[in-house]
Amino acid sequence: MSNDVPILEIQGLTKFFGGLRAVNDFSMAIRRSELVGLIGPNGAGKTTVFNLITGLYKASGGEISFLGASLAGMEPFEITQLGIGRTFQNIRLFPDLTVLDNVRIAYHPHAGYGFFDSILRTSRYTAKERELTEQAQDFLAIFKLERFQDEIAKNLPYGEQRRVEIARALAANPRLLLLDEPAAGMNPNEIMNLMELIDFIRKRFDLTILLIEHQMRVVMGICERITVMDFGEVIARGTPKEIQSNERVIEAYLGKGAGHAA
Amino acid sequence: MQPNLGFLLGSIVKIVLVLAWVYGLLQVMGSASKWVRIAGIVAAFGIVQLAISIKIGNQPILNNFDTGLLFQGATMAMVALGLNLIYGFNGQFSLGQYGFYGLGAYAAAYATYKWTNEKTASALLVLLLFVILAGAVIIGLRRFLKRFTALPVLSAFTLYLIGVIIAGAVAVVAGNALASVVNPLFGTKEAPGILASNAALQAAFVVAVICAGAFAAVVSFLFGLPVLTLGSDYFGIATLGFTIVVNTLLVNSDTILPFPEMKGGRGMIGIPKVTTWFWAFLFLLIVIIVMRNMIYSSTGRATMSVREDETAAKAMGIDIAGNKLLAFVVGSLFAGLAGGVYAHYIGFLSPDTFGFLPGFNPLIIIVFGGLGSMTGTIAASFGWLFFLEGLLRVLLGQMGTEAPTWRFVLYPIALLLLMLLRPQGLLGKIEWGFLRAPVVKPRATTATAAK
Repeated sequence: MSNDVPILEIQGLTKFFGGLRAVNDFSMAIRRSELVGLIGPNGAGKTTVFNLITGLYKASGGEISFLGASLAGMEPFEITQLGIGRTFQNIRLFPDLTVLDNVRIAYHPHAGYGFFDSILRTSRYTAKERELTEQAQDFLAIFKLERFQDEIAKNLPYGEQRRVEIARALAANPRLLLLDEPAAGMNPNEIMNLMELIDFIRKRFDLTILLIEHQMRVVMGICERITVMDFGEVIARGTPKEIQSNERVIEAYLGKGAGHAA
Repeated sequence: MQPNLGFLLGSIVKIVLVLAWVYGLLQVMGSASKWVRIAGIVAAFGIVQLAISIKIGNQPILNNFDTGLLFQGATMAMVALGLNLIYGFNGQFSLGQYGFYGLGAYAAAYATYKWTNEKTASALLVLLLFVILAGAVIIGLRRFLKRFTALPVLSAFTLYLIGVIIAGAVAVVAGNALASVVNPLFGTKEAPGILASNAALQAAFVVAVICAGAFAAVVSFLFGLPVLTLGSDYFGIATLGFTIVVNTLLVNSDTILPFPEMKGGRGMIGIPKVTTWFWAFLFLLIVIIVMRNMIYSSTGRATMSVREDETAAKAMGIDIAGNKLLAFVVGSLFAGLAGGVYAHYIGFLSPDTFGFLPGFNPLIIIVFGGLGSMTGTIAASFGWLFFLEGLLRVLLGQMGTEAPTWRFVLYPIALLLLMLLRPQGLLGKIEWGFLRAPVVKPRATTATAAK
């Protein structure tokens, strides 16, 4: 695929919650291997866009296509299986399961054995289960999480939980990764680690990433292009430099007449 | 009259013994050596069988009352394991388990009742054909409907329902036609044929129990498909409705349903008592193995992920609607099997057994034993029956004719205390032997490509 063909293309996406227009005529295109930031004040509709892309919400209007195919009417699990992975704003691990099981669950759609293989403990079950477990362990090793594999997920420190969540999303083998405020609640040290991690996984797995973030250090530091939303609409697009000096963006974040304060 | 101290001690010993038996069984089943496993399972079966059959003087070691508790413990363990799969592992709060238990019991009982009392294989054949055809229809339609995205669940449900009704009609016609061919094999009273033998009855019983499980599974599929789309609380209410519907149908089975042999609310008598300890033990063993194999597989992990966080499970590519349905169908299958085993042990079925209030029993048991603990469920099923029926009822019975009613005051208090002191249930997430998770050995991992 040439680099110019968008991996994800959104046209005129609109979402109403009752009378509230949460997302209005939202359009964007992401090319392969890009790292794009989606920013905006609280309540601007960023997470709603994520939920629309992943199929958790049904769009009121507009079109989303991934790798050239429309996602309309697809169930969230089908969209994930097509190759869109995500993390959540407030970490959503499977809290009472082990770290290893959290990652192994991501392998479920391509486990390679079915329900009856597991009931009858066929040789296929044994072989594939071992293979899958080893893959998951390799994966944890990549993220330096192997020593936590038997820990219950909820007992991990916050930063490690975020790593597990990213590892789990990547285990599902996505082409496009949606990260919803990965740096939320992290201290500066953890944020540094996170930025390195994002840079690392992007190269390691040849990923395209769409990132929602409030920490300007993260956004300005790693994103190549940024889209800014306010009240459900796109108010600006451009490189980090262009966005930093954009009047409308500053206005949205800081209020009118605060331009010089940025 | 004073409560008998000897009886009290004896009952406590019995409870300890039965729990030790469960522990031993699970330990040997979990042994690494194949021969230890086989010998251990045979021994676990044999000890109880000997206690039932060896008589000291005129009395077997295990008297009829205790034997009954053991059988009921085994069936209760199957029912409760099924519910634990649905509620404890999959997180879907269900009050419908006794409905499926009742369906299984009556379906199996009806088949063997006709077999022994009317010397006809028609009911068994109809049931057998129905579950095969309906199963084929459901699996076929499921494959077919996968091609359509965004198919409304009610449209799918309608298609399945029509398919199953057609399967039922075909099964009735074909089953009766087949029965008229097979029935002469029963012979006459003077010259009994091959089907009148005890061996044939045993075979019919096994087929009937398996069909009862499958029947409950088919019904649970049809019921679960639309209802599982409801949120957890609403699902609970809907399943409660299901139990009530089944109960009402059973109470009126001779009037609004064409089954006069079931005798409605008066209760069905004349069911052949063919459940031996061998069969009860075997079916329990199968249920335990299937459950454990399911839990420790990718499917099982997906099942638990739905309980843990539905949204995250969706984002991991898990078909949560399909997964909930699978857990619900397998759980109901266990209940149906248990129903068949129970009916042929007790020989008499009353709709009251499968009513609204007794329907809470398996729920109490899995909460008592620990949601998400298979061991806890099995231990609690046996322990609960020996405690409540074996100890409390008799002990209080010695204190006065009305005193046994107190057990319904005492055990809710015990439950309350447990919830306050140990909300995760007696065993929490502890598993014994066979039911323990396979150990994943940490390896010296090289960061080789996982992709």
